[in-house]
Amino acid sequence: MSVIRLTVNGRAHTVDVDPTTPLLYVLSDDLELRGPKFGCGLGQCGACTVILKGEAVRSCSIPVQSVAGTEITTLEGLGSPENPHPIQQSFIDGQAMQCGFCISGVIMTAKALLDRTPNATEAQIRQALANVLCRCGANLRMIAAIKRYQQQRQAGVPSARTERAGAGERRTA
Amino acid sequence: MSSLLTPDARAALSRREFVKRSGALVVAFSAARFATDLGLAPGSVSAQGINGVGSPNLDSWIAVGADGRVTAYTGKCELGTGLYTAQLQLVAEELSVPIDRVTLIQCDTSMTPDQGTTSGAQSHPSNFNHANLALACATAREAFVQMASKRLGVPIEQLAAADGAVAVRGDPSRRVPYGDLLGGNTFNLQLNPKARRKPASEWTVLGTSVPRVDFPAIATGRFEYVHNVRVPGMLHGRVVRPPAIGATLVQVDEGSVQGMPGLVKVVVRKNFVGVVADKPWQAEQAARRLKVEWTAGTPLPDQRTFHQHLRSQTATRDALSVDSGDVDTMLAGAATVLRSTYMHPYQMHASVGTACAVADVQGTRATIWSATQAVWPLRNTAATLLGLKPQEVRIIFRMGSGCYGVNGADTVSYDAALLSQAVGRPVRVSLSRRDEMSWENYGPAYIIEQRVGLDPGGTIVAWDYEGWSLSLGGRPGYNAPGNVVSGRLAGFQPQGVQPRSPAPAPTGALDNGSNTVPSYCTGAIGGSSRGTGTVRSERVLSHVVLSPFFTGPLRSPARLQNTFAHESFMDEIAAAVKADPVEYRLRHLRDPRLREVVTAAAAKAGWDRRPSPRNGNGSRRSGVAAGRGMACVLYEGDNGYCALVAEVEVNLSTGLVTVRRSVAAMDCGPVSNPDGARNQMEGGIIHGISRALREEVTWSGDRVTSVDWRTYRPWFLGDPVPVIETVLVNRPDAEAMGAGETTVTVTAAAIGNAIFDATGARVRQSPFTPERVKAALEART
Repeated sequence: MSVIRLTVNGRAHTVDVDPTTPLLYVLSDDLELRGPKFGCGLGQCGACTVILKGEAVRSCSIPVQSVAGTEITTLEGLGSPENPHPIQQSFIDGQAMQCGFCISGVIMTAKALLDRTPNATEAQIRQALANVLCRCGANLRMIAAIKRYQQQRQAGVPSARTERAGAGERRTA
Repeated sequence: MSSLLTPDARAALSRREFVKRSGALVVAFSAARFATDLGLAPGSVSAQGINGVGSPNLDSWIAVGADGRVTAYTGKCELGTGLYTAQLQLVAEELSVPIDRVTLIQCDTSMTPDQGTTSGAQSHPSNFNHANLALACATAREAFVQMASKRLGVPIEQLAAADGAVAVRGDPSRRVPYGDLLGGNTFNLQLNPKARRKPASEWTVLGTSVPRVDFPAIATGRFEYVHNVRVPGMLHGRVVRPPAIGATLVQVDEGSVQGMPGLVKVVVRKNFVGVVADKPWQAEQAARRLKVEWTAGTPLPDQRTFHQHLRSQTATRDALSVDSGDVDTMLAGAATVLRSTYMHPYQMHASVGTACAVADVQGTRATIWSATQAVWPLRNTAATLLGLKPQEVRIIFRMGSGCYGVNGADTVSYDAALLSQAVGRPVRVSLSRRDEMSWENYGPAYIIEQRVGLDPGGTIVAWDYEGWSLSLGGRPGYNAPGNVVSGRLAGFQPQGVQPRSPAPAPTGALDNGSNTVPSYCTGAIGGSSRGTGTVRSERVLSHVVLSPFFTGPLRSPARLQNTFAHESFMDEIAAAVKADPVEYRLRHLRDPRLREVVTAAAAKAGWDRRPSPRNGNGSRRSGVAAGRGMACVLYEGDNGYCALVAEVEVNLSTGLVTVRRSVAAMDCGPVSNPDGARNQMEGGIIHGISRALREEVTWSGDRVTSVDWRTYRPWFLGDPVPVIETVLVNRPDAEAMGAGETTVTVTAAAIGNAIFDATGARVRQSPFTPERVKAALEART
């Protein structure tokens, strides 16, 4: 066991854990965060995704010791139910999920991409999400929610709430 | 009680807390008592039906506090489909209260009625028609009107309920809120079968696209899934499964993990092995290091010839769904006889999150937080497993990762319970990806042989179906913990297959719950035709054999496999007589609602009327052929109409199939939430594409080899998805039907038919991998 200092969602934490513990376990067990989730433990599905230094990474596959002192952002670090981040609001507006278990992978991966590449094409968005799994099949709504967020962002209204767009009949990806 | 609480936070409030806060008294009840009331022996087949025994007591469903807040109790839970929000809408509508004044408690054996299992697209039929939750709300609303009539001295005809109060029509100043009428007391009423439901024409909440109430918490990482349940003093467990099918435990070397940090205990019960530690990582490492000796596994049949193996089994359980008795004669006299064989693989639920549960078993008290679809049945089987009485066990539902049927939720509940009992402290268990995929209850493989006889005009005059599938275990129900892996490892037997051959003659009314009978048959038994089609000469014989793997319901269980065979074969027949596939279907369908969804989907898709295959579309030049296909179904024979048009492109050199457009029409009666229904239709199509094009459980030697997302690869977010268009045929005055499993049922057939239309190649084995499509292309003559 060793004492490790972590900065998660802007707050400092000190944990006393086996330094080889996957970051995900520390986030969900020691810090009791609910955003990142265990899907496979193999870095294959994305459910555990967090943002580290601007990159979307799989927290199930990183030992906690390697991120000591690095700013870590989880899904709850973006916004709250009362005040969601615009990308979260876009998913809520578009009713772009079903069980929602995969949502950290989808939102955190898309956010990291658009922070880095604001004008990402749809092909680039899909490429970034190539190894993120939504088993309920909300794929079209998710891509649409990401693009809506991107458009808002490009229009310079990052906090504006969009009209609810979930009930549209025709969806294209 | 604040409506701002997330659903889980609300549900976390115990009934006692609710009573304290709202001032309402709530009468507890016992499922066993109601089974007796209904004249059923507890544990009898009827009492164990998919929808449980419910409750005739209004107070079991609805409580209204003196403050006017409404708490409803439901035995049908949110599995990610939007049912929680839809049930809130139902209560708000039927009881005439604002939706934000309603709290819904779902699936907790200490609080909610026994509604059996949330599955089979049965939640709408059971809770939104004239029974259970809907009837409870209607009964309560009428009771309030009667109370107000007495209070105000006004006849009930002159009163109306709205906004949580009863008021005199035309004089809103004379108004009594529900809270005042009931005064924090119970109703002490039985559900009134004659209570009048609010007509759909008056709906203002139900029937509208109310956004999911749980999404803000989910999207911001605040929602409490079962994976997030934390209990004081909780430890972490990890199971050690056998390495191969049929392997049994020889010995465990506890010394191999002695002194490992945080290790609390190694637990062995018959073939069940697990470890408990302070931290999840410690448990995982201990499970990896623990030396366990197992016997050799049982060799599995060769996967390459598995369907032939299945087809040749002799100890079968046989069932005749229909048999007009004249099929052989009609086939012998037919102008043309066509035959075809379809094969479907084993597929898995493959939930994104592995199964997880928390159990706290101390002495004769057990509480299990579980994502099970079946809290009441699980209460009984967990009690059996733990050697307790059912009333000593409480199951509290917490949503898990989408399950799509009996995934690992029950298994892991047993794992947690066994480990917790062994250490006398709460234990959380989360399965590894490999353990979940290697041992879950797969949707079974099928091989289906069909023949039809045609008259000289090309109309079908006889239909003969013979199908083989497999079974082992399944839902544990109320009394079979051995139906899932951990129950079996702990020493309980799974339900096997009791051979029965020949099949008894069909009696009673047609039960087409597994869609074994094609839509084009009359489904006639004893002079009563409950099928949807016109073909009178019909025989539908199915065989079930013992499966080497656990099996269980997977989204559209058996319905998908059967519909794949029926709808693909129907397309072959249409092509053989050079008929347009849509027109040919309509020629053999007599159910007007099924005809309507077929017509609606075709119209929306701009269906090009002509026989398949399409000829000469420039594919030689581009190397890509395009085509369209149709499939339809009345799900479960009575639970949701759906038709789907798929448009695909086939790469002629690689065999790769891309679905470009999917147009679905659905009629599930009155639509509770249009956007929610569309979300289900869209998700079902993408789930269906994944299963049609990619998914197949694989094995080799004595073990499963599809054990992670590389070896079992569903549709990921980067994979191409079609444009999806949906048509909802709303029938406000019809009975509510299921909406969650219709599109997935028809997707594989529609895609296969579109492949044929594009290329003239018929792929009769799913999934339609590039290799299989290429082989079919090469086999064209």
